[in-house]
Amino acid sequence: MSTPRKPRVESAARSDQMLPRGPRKYVSAVVAAAGLGKRYRRRWALRDCTLEIPAGQVTGLVGPNGAGKTTLLTLIVGLLTPTVGTIEVCGGRPAGDATQLAKVGFVAQDTPTYAGLTVAEHLRLGRHLNPRWDDAQAQERIGRLGLDPSQKAGRLSGGQRAQLALTLGLAKRPELLVLDEPVASLDPLARREFLQLLMEAVAEQEIAVLLSSHVVSDLERVCDHVVVLVDSQVRVADDVDTLLATHHRLSGPRREADTLPADQHVVWASHTDRQSTYVVRTESPVLDPAWTTTPQGLEDVVLAYMEGTPSDPAGTPLAVVR
Amino acid sequence: MIEFSLDSRSGVSPYLQIVQQVRRALRLGLLEVGDQLPTVKDVVAKLAINPNTVLKAYRELEREGLVAARPGIGTFVTRTLTDSSLAAHEPLRRDLVRWLTKARLAGLDEESIEALMTSTFRAVHEDIA
Amino acid sequence: MIWLTWRQFRIQLLAVYALVGAVCVWLALTGPALAHLAARNKDVYDLLSSTDLLLFNGGIAVLAVAPAVIGIFWGAPLVARELESGTYRLAWNQSVTRWRWLAAKLGFSVLATAVAVGILTTTVTWWAQPLDGIQGSQRGSLASRMTPISFAMRGVVPVSYAVFAVLLGTLVGLVVRRSVPAMALTLAIYVLVQVAVPWWVRPHLIPPTTTTVFLSEDTLDGIASTGSGPFKITARGADPRDWVLTNQTVDAEGHPAALPSWFGDCLPPPPSDPGSGATTQVHQAPGTLDACLSRLSDEGYRQRLVYQSHRHFWRLQWAETGLYLAASGVLAGLSFWWVRRRLS
Repeated sequence: MSTPRKPRVESAARSDQMLPRGPRKYVSAVVAAAGLGKRYRRRWALRDCTLEIPAGQVTGLVGPNGAGKTTLLTLIVGLLTPTVGTIEVCGGRPAGDATQLAKVGFVAQDTPTYAGLTVAEHLRLGRHLNPRWDDAQAQERIGRLGLDPSQKAGRLSGGQRAQLALTLGLAKRPELLVLDEPVASLDPLARREFLQLLMEAVAEQEIAVLLSSHVVSDLERVCDHVVVLVDSQVRVADDVDTLLATHHRLSGPRREADTLPADQHVVWASHTDRQSTYVVRTESPVLDPAWTTTPQGLEDVVLAYMEGTPSDPAGTPLAVVR
Repeated sequence: MIEFSLDSRSGVSPYLQIVQQVRRALRLGLLEVGDQLPTVKDVVAKLAINPNTVLKAYRELEREGLVAARPGIGTFVTRTLTDSSLAAHEPLRRDLVRWLTKARLAGLDEESIEALMTSTFRAVHEDIA
Repeated sequence: MIWLTWRQFRIQLLAVYALVGAVCVWLALTGPALAHLAARNKDVYDLLSSTDLLLFNGGIAVLAVAPAVIGIFWGAPLVARELESGTYRLAWNQSVTRWRWLAAKLGFSVLATAVAVGILTTTVTWWAQPLDGIQGSQRGSLASRMTPISFAMRGVVPVSYAVFAVLLGTLVGLVVRRSVPAMALTLAIYVLVQVAVPWWVRPHLIPPTTTTVFLSEDTLDGIASTGSGPFKITARGADPRDWVLTNQTVDAEGHPAALPSWFGDCLPPPPSDPGSGATTQVHQAPGTLDACLSRLSDEGYRQRLVYQSHRHFWRLQWAETGLYLAASGVLAGLSFWWVRRRLS
């Protein structure tokens, strides 16, 4: 890691110089980060983060607790400023001005709401403070969810508060909605209802969604695109379809990693004295008859990346919740 | 109107499950020509899956000529797959019966027969795909 | 944003204004009668009931405490509570910049504070005006409004104190990020400032007046002694309502000097209870003392008084208000800087 310098974050007027070097992967990206890093005193919460989040799609940010997911999301939303690197969100500096703020919605961890304000007053708050607020949509959703407008937010259940926060984030009609572990503390029913509301909104409005989770199993049904973050670094960021098509689990007689063909990149490996199992990433087909290939779901691929980090081969325990 | 369900344990990707469920409904006569498939929004609101998944499934069905999308209105069935089509494959069915008898005589029990069929099916399927 | 600020502030606002209202009503009821009394009687101090005295001192107390209390309870949690509870993550994601958000909150609370304390101080000043600085025929008096203890609770300065307290509370809350510790720290700093300013700063806010008086029976205020040590003389100024800063004996050349040794013979022996304390005020039968004082004057001893005239009351008030408002401006600026730069 090079010595980190401490640049001031440039104003949006000079944002051209902030773009990551090299060709853009996506024609329109809602988030473009280059070399992004954030340090708290001695510890780097996020390092060398270079990625693009595509517009109009649902992106999942997954990784074990403490991997830096919240840090990345708060950098995107503009509640933190980077220590090194650059980040551009919806074409501007995060939280640069009111217009920029209107483009990004945020549902923070534990879905903060004002305990003393009623549901209706929260909607009023949104209406007063957001120029693109869609009140009809918000009222209709609140009605459909069965929330009592005159009830104080402090008295709602966890699932109801999460849905209120989601409604607030959606009704301001942002280009990007960021959610930090929105369903982590919800029971399965509340979780399902939250995701239903979210997916319905995605079907209805042109919006990009970035949600983080340490529960991997929700991802395949919900995400188009996945970013895996482990130990403050991005391990892989790709479309779900590509991930599924290019990753294979191979098991066969024992052999070392350097005997594998050059175009097969090892993501995860496990050996017994007789047998080797690898998860590899490759563009070309696997033709070696010695291997038995097993189809990999998204969950398997993500787990392989999470477990296969060089610094900690044993891996951190993860939640696989069905 | 058909209702979809997702089995997250099956190992089959969600979009394929939807395609399969539509095909199965067509085969069993639950869907007839002219019936409307649920809107993307409705499917997504019920199953909590990505809308692109549903779109992909509907496009696949459209490619196979089973449904057609009418913009602004919905997606409608244009062709069925009733059992009558299966009747055309009588020789294949007879081959299958013969093979099953052979397997039985070789001493395989039901589970072994099913395992053999599934693994061979998968292997062949992968080669083709 | 105005609506939101009001909505979050509602209960605190109503509570304080209700109290202010109650105090004002009570003062309004008793005020005119008192003014009447004072106008007709010169020695009105002796006619004051204990309730009136209670109100007088109570008025001082309320105005002493009000700015601090308001500052702490309105200012400290203003931002700290949002930081503490995490709701800032909701607030700062709405389409208002942090500066606009803070400006609305600060503007609202500063205005509400200024008005509340303004009403309070106007009423108390009006009520106490006939009574300030009156002397009783016996040994009793009410503090002149120039003295530190009263000055801070009259006129315009309480408003500036309150504004200062609110902005101090907000900044401390921003830095500390927790409501309760912020309140404690704000109180501590505020008290420190309120002690330091009258002690070191206020005497010099406008240039004080210096005058020298010859010592005589009329001008002598008292003689103090520390057991068998040197004596100190204090003199009276032209007007008892002035705020005397320095009361010093100077010799013929104008340098501060101790009293000559023969002066001790002028005084009667000290009362025979040596453990009664370090200083005793002594009054002597007329005649002996007068002769001593004339002799002092002949030898060139005079008393120098440095004081702030009571006629400068309002000038001093505005000067101090300006000082506190300037400090408030600095605090506000720091708050804006902090919320943008440091909370990331």
